[in-house]
Amino acid sequence: MSFFGFGQSVDVDILLNDADSRRRAEHKTEDGKKDKYFLFYDGETVSGKVSLALKNPNKRLEHQGIKVEFIGQIELYYDRGNHHEFVSLVKDLARPGEVTQSQAFDFEFTHVEKPYESYTGQNVKLRYFLRATISRRLNDVVKEMDIVVHTLSTYPELNSSIKMEVGIEDCLHIEFEYNKSKYHLKDVIVGKIYFLLVRIKIKHMEIDIIKRETTGTGPNVYHENDTIAKYEIMDGAPVRGESIPIRLFLAGYELTPTMRDINKKFSVRYYLNLVLIDDEERRYFKQQEVVLWRKGDIVRKSMSHQAAIASQRFEGTTPLGEARTPGPLSDSGNRQ
Amino acid sequence: MSDTAVADTRRLNSKPQDLTDAYGPPSNFLEIDIFNPQTVGVGRARFTTYEVRMRTNLPIFKLKESCVRRRYSDFEWLKNELERDSKIVVPPLPGKALKRQLPFRGDEGIFEESFIEERRQGLEQFINKIAGHPLAQNERCLHMFLQEEAIDRNYVPGKVHALASHCVSGCAAAKLPVVSLPST
Repeated sequence: MSFFGFGQSVDVDILLNDADSRRRAEHKTEDGKKDKYFLFYDGETVSGKVSLALKNPNKRLEHQGIKVEFIGQIELYYDRGNHHEFVSLVKDLARPGEVTQSQAFDFEFTHVEKPYESYTGQNVKLRYFLRATISRRLNDVVKEMDIVVHTLSTYPELNSSIKMEVGIEDCLHIEFEYNKSKYHLKDVIVGKIYFLLVRIKIKHMEIDIIKRETTGTGPNVYHENDTIAKYEIMDGAPVRGESIPIRLFLAGYELTPTMRDINKKFSVRYYLNLVLIDDEERRYFKQQEVVLWRKGDIVRKSMSHQAAIASQRFEGTTPLGEARTPGPLSDSGNRQ
Repeated sequence: MSDTAVADTRRLNSKPQDLTDAYGPPSNFLEIDIFNPQTVGVGRARFTTYEVRMRTNLPIFKLKESCVRRRYSDFEWLKNELERDSKIVVPPLPGKALKRQLPFRGDEGIFEESFIEERRQGLEQFINKIAGHPLAQNERCLHMFLQEEAIDRNYVPGKVHALASHCVSGCAAAKLPVVSLPST
């Protein structure tokens, strides 16, 4: 949250109407710190007040207008000057005039479209925020409040397993299998590696989760690879016919959903990298993309009705079985 | 269908391993020993040769056992051939020890026992690293070095292919890229 302007005679604050009931989510800032922000979903209304507190109650505040904006923007770190705003809503709160005493202005942005998930990466940032501006002749007073947006999906209709035979002719043939191709962020990767031919001396085998952030277009495409996890699945030398199981819990790692070509500006994709290392430190690897998606949590009793609707707005296909968002739980723990 | 709190983490079904595979000899047996250094010749024309004995069950090698005599310059030849023709990062050889070849030394120079032992160890490490590399195994020069009586320096460089009988049938194997890390 930034606070611009010098020699303030007024304190500006943005407060949400449902601040007590709305959940907060942790989100990493650009410098790696983790902070909590109010969590919103696509379609939810953003309503609250902009409160002005005069520092000196006797001094009047002259201004050229007071407004509040809801902004969703993409910021490429190598091009900081240009913010790409994909959502921009504005509400005028006051016409040019004077503020003689501390007061609050109500605002409401109804059913705001928030098509993308908040993301802070290595070379790009996508953020949503409210910005209250008191326009003045010399310098404006600006107050920003960041929020975090999550995009939810439902269980995909088609989620085939990944099964492939790879290797080096006459040296190493393996068949690897992962139980799904699309995993939610708290899912478990269950799989196996089957050795068909082993003519090299393998020392150990691991699975890495790699995040690839792609920014730029055309000739200026830039990929930033980051190894999120390294997980050893085998220690020792296997022989033909051996099957090594894989069980990797994703909840332990900092992951985001797969993001494809967001507003044509960036992508975030995830890959599983299976790596075998032989006794001379030579590495043999096979990379395979997996799609990550965010599953909606079970709706709590206190969650607003609007948020319940919002969490039903899914990307992709219709859910299997009954509706994904269950009603409130009764005391006995059964669904009503 | 209720939302299960615990994911299904049961293992995937797999074929039970054949007992002959489980308890049989591994298919990756490859051992190369360098021993028995012998200095031949007299005076200035002396040089040391080492016995290079290889035992393997890898089908790419024609002989399952071989024993040849090689000198340091033969190893240098092999290193140069591989650096030129193959895509691998060739590990380093033990040093050339030019200082030891200068006159007026107090000791035996390059025929000093401790030096020969040091060199023997370095050559053994070198040849084992190379012979185990899948890309080096395709090079004619390596096979000639390990399994032919003499090195023909006028040979035609080329690739060696494994015998077809050992191919896994029906295998649509995609090549795993081989990335060789620089030797640590």
